[in-house]
Amino acid sequence: MKQADSAATAWALVRQGNSAAMAIDERTVRKAAKLARLDLAEDRVAPMTRELVAIMAWIEQLNEVDVTDVEPMTSAVAATLPLREDVVTAGGDPALVLANAPRSADGFFIVPKVVE
Amino acid sequence: MSDPTALTLAAALDGLAKKEFSSLELTDAFLAAIDKANPALNAFTTIVHDKARAMAKVSDARRAKGEAGLLEGAPLGVKDLFCTEGVKSTACSRALGEFKPTYESSVTANLWRDGAVMLGKLNMDEFAMGSSNETSAYGPVVNPWRAKGSNQNLTPGGSSGGSAAAVAADLCLGATATDTGGSIRQPAAFTGSVGIKPTYGRCSRWGIVAFASSLDQAGPIAKTVKDAALLLQSMAGHDPKDSTSLPGPTPAFSQAIGKSVKGLRIGVPKEYRVDGMPDAIEALWAQGAAWLEAAGCTLVDISLPHTKYALPAYYIIAPAEASSNLARYDGMRFGARVQGKDLDDTYAKSRAAGFGAEVQRRILIGAYVLSAGYYDAYYLKAQKVRARIAEDFANAFGQVDAILTPATPSAAFALGERSGDPVQMYLNDIFTVTANLAGLPGLVLPTALSHDGLPLGLQLIGKALDEETVFSLAHVLEDAAAFKARPAHWW
Repeated sequence: MKQADSAATAWALVRQGNSAAMAIDERTVRKAAKLARLDLAEDRVAPMTRELVAIMAWIEQLNEVDVTDVEPMTSAVAATLPLREDVVTAGGDPALVLANAPRSADGFFIVPKVVE
Repeated sequence: MSDPTALTLAAALDGLAKKEFSSLELTDAFLAAIDKANPALNAFTTIVHDKARAMAKVSDARRAKGEAGLLEGAPLGVKDLFCTEGVKSTACSRALGEFKPTYESSVTANLWRDGAVMLGKLNMDEFAMGSSNETSAYGPVVNPWRAKGSNQNLTPGGSSGGSAAAVAADLCLGATATDTGGSIRQPAAFTGSVGIKPTYGRCSRWGIVAFASSLDQAGPIAKTVKDAALLLQSMAGHDPKDSTSLPGPTPAFSQAIGKSVKGLRIGVPKEYRVDGMPDAIEALWAQGAAWLEAAGCTLVDISLPHTKYALPAYYIIAPAEASSNLARYDGMRFGARVQGKDLDDTYAKSRAAGFGAEVQRRILIGAYVLSAGYYDAYYLKAQKVRARIAEDFANAFGQVDAILTPATPSAAFALGERSGDPVQMYLNDIFTVTANLAGLPGLVLPTALSHDGLPLGLQLIGKALDEETVFSLAHVLEDAAAFKARPAHWW
């Protein structure tokens, strides 16, 4: 197994320009940051792009695996999700819910204006 | 009384039962040890002197009434990922700030039900994302171990670095930890401790800050295999508040200690022989196999052909789940809020101020692989590869009862040595991450020292829900290795 070399291999792929991870550019990173509601500082965009290109290039090796007719694994252990009675089991204490709020008043969270 | 902090959990419980010391005396000894060591090791982020002493007094009263629980009076540390009622719980992230939960995690509630005493909260990588403890908002933990003749600070591993360092430095009798890709087992290996990630679903995830929900499992880090069994016995159990918590009774794991392993078949997977692996690790693996053979086990060469794809699959699945889980940190209901020009800007600024570099990196990977047009190529593909990895184990367990592997590809490395290259850091979990993806129990224990005097460990992987066989085998290895080395108290 060549795992220990895979980071170097990933970089080599990037240098050769033949990796699908090359699809990641600064625009992609800005878009992901917008989707994630993350205010990425301007001077972080270029380094973050380089890091993501390297990581995704390393991940490209998954394409070697034949997954024809394989069902995606959605649960670590075979178990059926249990159903419970549709009854209230907790709640009714706004003070506890608000205890860690950055801003609150009269039993409500205070948030920035949502509707103009 | 000689120094009780050096005792194992089992020996301390024995001493408490024989009235050699009280829980309050024991707790005070640990608090003094923590106060002395913590400026150097940075293992605890919060030390709860008053609460610990109050819990110890209540425990002593319970014991006096003849109502001692499984862990009555035992002082423990709690990873800061567990919510503890009224005690700051931050996942070592600025995003949670001064968050004080108004509820207790199910795992820690189980420990207190059984009489354990909380000493404080333990440092960790931010949101459990890291393998060196360097991503913590509180700064890295320092490994109590140092290489022979060196005073360089080493990493205790991560993400449960504070838990592992505190146990190794005799700052608690045992600690809670969590493991998403190796976060219990790699730090245990780096500090000469015992750590077990149980079968997915054994421990409730309720009240544990979520990282990657299909992979996260709680477990103990302890000084011995028996101590780990006692702690897991208390921590585990069905919890209706976690829908993935497994129904059914929890076995008395400590009773598996000392059971014969004669006739068990042990798989040795060829894919875990990595290029460039130090000779010492190769030798320790062969020695471990020989010890089990001497105890009557049969060794079987097995193949887990998709092993090399485990880490790349993990680095899609874990960031995808993390980006979803961490969406809740929006600065509205808890944590720090940074006011922006509108609601979206407030979200984005609060999150940028709250999350550190590694967490931001993983959130962005997650947002990217889940975004329109990429979901099938990345997330769905990774979930299919994950099914292949689980299938490898299912095939192997048709022939064997447990699997023996090295714990980590190296001994503890220096702080700062690998923090520049994310992929190199991710490779730390190469031997541990497969058990998370397949949901299987994995236990790490120390069996030897490297040529420069640092602990090295072996890992046993068991069938789902068969922690008992893992504990029996681990005890045989522990006996054979007679690993008694402890770090010098240089702090």
